[in-house]
Amino acid sequence: MTDTTTYDGRRWHDMGGTPAGPVPTDQHDFSLWEKRVDALMTIASGNGHFTVDGLRRVIEDMGAEAFETMTYYERWIASVNQNLIEAGVYTTAELAQRMTEVAARGPTYGEAASE
Amino acid sequence: MPPGHVRTPAYLRGKTGWVERRLGPLPNPEQLAYGLKGDPLPLIRLRFCMADLWGPDTDSPDDTVDAEIYSHWLEPAEGPHAP
Repeated sequence: MTDTTTYDGRRWHDMGGTPAGPVPTDQHDFSLWEKRVDALMTIASGNGHFTVDGLRRVIEDMGAEAFETMTYYERWIASVNQNLIEAGVYTTAELAQRMTEVAARGPTYGEAASE
Repeated sequence: MPPGHVRTPAYLRGKTGWVERRLGPLPNPEQLAYGLKGDPLPLIRLRFCMADLWGPDTDSPDDTVDAEIYSHWLEPAEGPHAP
């Protein structure tokens, strides 16, 4: 049996040099929640909970589908959350309780806070 | 290619460059990525010719690209390479 595959072990995120379309050069602003995610990463790494290497490791482990379907900061907050749980900052049970509390504030809470 | 948090991009693997400058030591990102204390390692800024990476027909073949790669992901080249 002859194996003719040329799989080189490259992981999905290691995409430098692969064919791509034109580079978008338009500018865009960030929403409030995206700025908060960025600030959260700065605080969490500044407090020594994890590093940018941990941020990248979780994002890369999320796979190519997440890269296609989630926005940049959606992937960031998923990774920040995973790293903070791994670091023991909070448990999944505590996270679930807090998410329930936030949901109870109602769907317009986030909009009101961003005014 | 090995599993883990290896930071050498695929397009540079097996290519020959030359040392632009030596940096560090800095903690090993393979350990930092998993919440471990990173062993201090030399970080080397390497310079590669675009033609060596993409072939002689590439745009701007005489341009160079710099990459900072930890010393344990490098091996010595057979001869001098700087242009």
